Parts: sequence; C-alpha cells; structure tokens
Amino acid sequence: MIEVNGLVKKYGSHTAVDHLNFRIEKGHIYGLLGPNGAGKSTTMNIMTGYLGATEGEVLINGHDILKESELAKKSVGYLPEMPPLYMDMKVQEYLMFAAELKKVKKADRKAEVKKIMKMVRIYDVRERLIKNLSKGYRQRVGLAQAVLGFPETIILDEPTVGLDPKQIIEIRELIRELAKDHTVILSSHILAEIREVCDYIIIISQGKLVASDTPENLEKKFSGNAPTEIETRLLPEKTEEILSRIPGIQKVSYLSSDPGITRAVIETKEDVDIREEIFRAFAREDSALISMYRKQNTLEDIFLQLTQEGGRPHAGNL
Amino acid sequence: MLAIYKREFKSYFYSMTGSIFIAFLTFMTGIYFMAYNLNNGYPYFSYSLEGVMFIFLVAVPILTMRSFSEERRSRTDQLLLTSPVSVGKMVMGKYFAMVTVFLIPCVLFCAYPLIISTQGTAYFKNDYTSILVFFLLGCVYIAIGSFISAMTESQIIAAIGTFGVLMVIYLWDGLLSFLPSSAFGGMAGIWMMLTLCVLFVYNMTKNGLLSVGIEGIGTIVLIVIYVVDSSLYEGILSTIFEKFALVSTFTSVAENNLLDIGGVVMYLTLIGVFLFLTVQSIQKRRFS
Repeated sequence: MIEVNGLVKKYGSHTAVDHLNFRIEKGHIYGLLGPNGAGKSTTMNIMTGYLGATEGEVLINGHDILKESELAKKSVGYLPEMPPLYMDMKVQEYLMFAAELKKVKKADRKAEVKKIMKMVRIYDVRERLIKNLSKGYRQRVGLAQAVLGFPETIILDEPTVGLDPKQIIEIRELIRELAKDHTVILSSHILAEIREVCDYIIIISQGKLVASDTPENLEKKFSGNAPTEIETRLLPEKTEEILSRIPGIQKVSYLSSDPGITRAVIETKEDVDIREEIFRAFAREDSALISMYRKQNTLEDIFLQLTQEGGRPHAGNL
Repeated sequence: MLAIYKREFKSYFYSMTGSIFIAFLTFMTGIYFMAYNLNNGYPYFSYSLEGVMFIFLVAVPILTMRSFSEERRSRTDQLLLTSPVSVGKMVMGKYFAMVTVFLIPCVLFCAYPLIISTQGTAYFKNDYTSILVFFLLGCVYIAIGSFISAMTESQIIAAIGTFGVLMVIYLWDGLLSFLPSSAFGGMAGIWMMLTLCVLFVYNMTKNGLLSVGIEGIGTIVLIVIYVVDSSLYEGILSTIFEKFALVSTFTSVAENNLLDIGGVVMYLTLIGVFLFLTVQSIQKRRFS
C-alpha cells in the first residue's frame, strides 16, 4: 500500500505538484491521468524515490521513501518515461544487472530473468545490444526491468507512448496479466488508454488532485445534471404546451433543427430522470416523439471539464 | 554495490574509454622509461613516473568524465536511484570501478623496476613506494573527477573542469610563491576565505541573518587579531596552502626517497571528502 500525504514539489518558483494526497490500495490498476505538464511524472518520480519532495511524504507499506529508502524501494518497480537502459549492454546482461541491483537472490536470478524475458516477449532478442533495438523492444526491456524481483507495486510512466497499435495492445495485455498479482499504477494523458485498463482513476491537473474514483463512479457523480433532448414534428408552441404540464422541468430551450422538426433540450433538477413522464405526456396527446435521449457525461467530458477549469480542486466535494 | 561495480568496470571496456586510458598511460610511461631509464641510464623508475605526472592530468579526466554525467544525461540514474541501493553505495561502486581500471596500468608499472634490475642495480623499495604513492595520488584525482562529473550533465564540461582543477593542483607549488607574505596580505587572504565560506553557507541554508552574522563576527575577530599581534599573519597563507600541496608528497618520494606519512593521510582524507561531496551533490540535485 502506498500513501501520498501532502506532497509538494517546487522547481524554483514553479509548483509542479501542489499538496497531493491519495492512497494506493493493493490489487488494483490505478491510472494517473492528466494533461501534459500536470505533474504526473514528477509525482511518480517522487513516489519511487528518484526525486525528493519539497514538502509531504510518501509511505510505502509504512516505510518513508526517503528515510527508509532501501526497504521502501524494494517493493516498487519503476518504468520511467524514458526507459533507463544502458545502450552498450545486451538485453540479458542488462536484466541480470538489474536483477542484482534489485537484490534478487543469486540462485534465482537466471531463472527469473528468463521467465520475465519470455513474459514480455524479448527472449528472442536477449543477445542483442540494446542500442540496436527498436523503440517497442526498448520499452519492453524497460518494462522487464520494472517487473524484475516481482515487487508488490509496479509504477509505469506512459508505458505505451511511441508504440504501434499492435504493441500497445500487447503491453495492455501484459499490464492486465501483471495486475493479477501486483498493484499497477500507470500514467497517461490519454483517457481511452486509462479507461481500457484501469479500475481506479486519479485525475490531476496543474499539480492538484481534481478527482479520484472508479470510472463508473466518476461517470455517475458528474452525470447528475444531464439534460434530456427530444425531437418531435409538433410546432414549438404545442410542444411547449405539453411540456408545461410535466412537473419537475426547470428549463426548456429550443435548438434549430431540420424544417418541420422541433428540437427541445429539457433541463431538470439534479438526478431526476423525467424521460418516462415526457413519453406519457406526449402519448396522452396522441403525439409522436421522433427521438429522445439523455445526454450522459462521458469520462471524456468529465476529464475535459475537470482539467480545463484551471485545476480547481473538486476532490473535496466528491 | 557489487552489481554497480561490475557493470561499471565492464562498461569502461565496452566504451573503449578504459582501454584508451590504460593504453595512453602505459604508452607514455613507456616513452619516459625508454628515455630516462634505458637511454640515459637513471636507475630510478620513479623519475619516469614523475615525468608522466603531466600526462596523468589529461588521462584522469578521460576516465572520470562520464562516470556520473552520462548516467544523468541518459536518465539511467533513474534505475540506480529507484533501486534498493543507497546513493553512497552507488558512488562507492562507481569509484572503485574507476580505481580498478587505474590499478591495471599501476600493476604494469611494477614490471619496470624488474627490467631495470636486469641492467644493473634497481632500487625496489624506492620505486615500489613511488608507484604506491602515485596510485594513491591517482585515487585522489579520480575522486575529484567524480565530484566534478556529478555536478554536470555534460561529459565535456566534466572533462575540462577536472583538467582545470588538476592543472591547478599540479602547479600548486609554483602558484604558492605568488601569495603575499605580509601581515596585511595574510589577513586579507584569510578574510577572503572566510567570505567564500560564508557565501557557501548562505547558498546551502539561504539564511541571510546567519551568514551576515558569521561574516561580521569573523571580520571583527580577524581585525582584533591584526591589531593585537599582526606578526601572526605573516606568511600565513603559504603555510596553510602548503598543506594542500598534493604533488609534493609524491615528488618527495620520487626524488628524495622520503615518504611523508602526513601527505598520505592527506590523500586518504581528500578521497573521503570528495566522495562525500559527490554523494551530497547527487542528493542535493534530487531536492532542487
């Protein structure tokens, strides 16, 4: 379990991470989501002990990453944005080095490296120099390095950037595979990516936490005031008349539409679904509705809405 | 630590820098050996080593320039610093790898006195002590080079910076003669050192009051001492700086067969100090 408490990181006068708090529980896939420059990489660098925080603390299984760093770092594997590879080493040699560095027992080292190489499908290139590998393979070698020693938590910073679609799918499958026995935290600025694999989303913007919840809960919480849109062949006056009989409607606005069709957007109080009432009201009048749908806020909308408001913390009222 | 040591040592031979360093040093020593010992018939190998001192100034930066800077530029330090290895152990691993590379030519040097002995009398004690002190001096240089490499991301800056510092150390004795020996000059020199220390303290703590306080009290104390007994300041600068004349410990062995234990202790202390500073400079960067 990882606890991040009141994390602040300042670069000179620029605040990259601003009082960040969250907890990573065992056994989930967490997605750290935010636009470019939101502080994702900085947060991950602090969580793994590469950078020191200006304020606040990171506890890994209760061990402070700075004060008891050797203990804390043992249970974290990290793939940074740029895989930390020694270009003049061969794949297998590099992984053997990383295994020794991560204190994998000497007797198990060879078997474990082999197992992981097969897992991330780099066994065929094990004797090649890393500098001669393509971006996709390098990324996988970096991933193998993070998985070595099978730490409790695996932190991946934008693991699929620069890969082709096939490789992206492979890496995603691999992440799902890993998540069976490990806690995985991955970051991305692409929502689809996060939604695809994560079961818990942490959205940060301008260094602040703006939301953290499961994708379903996020959709539910932010879809509250979804307006209902209808189309009918009645005149606007007639539509208005029918709608005025329905209780609970707060506001009706009319949008331009094809000739002969009236399009109305009906707003209600939060969390009230009045689609059935609308249907019945029109049915009583023996009038037809051409279409009716309630515009749900998708995760995409929520993400844009949250990150474009200048990082105003919503976490408090979630 | 052992993992880093092994990888680092191997990488010196992948990237050729290790091979070039060894080849350069042994080749140049060979030339001096041929000139001094074989052609001119001096029985001391230590004379050749003394001649190599200048070549050494060029060779050490080649060895140390990439040790920490390259790691930072290629971001591989992210692997080392996020692994369960402390920064101190990482620095030690890298340092010992460089020292091991340097040990290879030193071991090769040990053959030269034997060659001399086949041609006449060889002075083994003197020559082997010289090689040992030469090795220790090299270890100090490597520690300085590591520290400079840890401060920058660029190998070139690290190399030139190290060369500059080593050059000053090499010329140290000559430079000392330019220091003022008068009492006032001595006080001014001490005051400048005090000011540098205060600037350093300010840079580390950002505490203006503390810095001004130290500077003020220090200045008053210096002036009071000057008024009470100005003769204390006479020649004080060269007395202090002579202590840091690194090369003279080696030359006294090489030329006069005198082993200065104080000088050797100085070498070991400086190695410790520069390795500590290397660790600190890496730590500091993580917090800024």
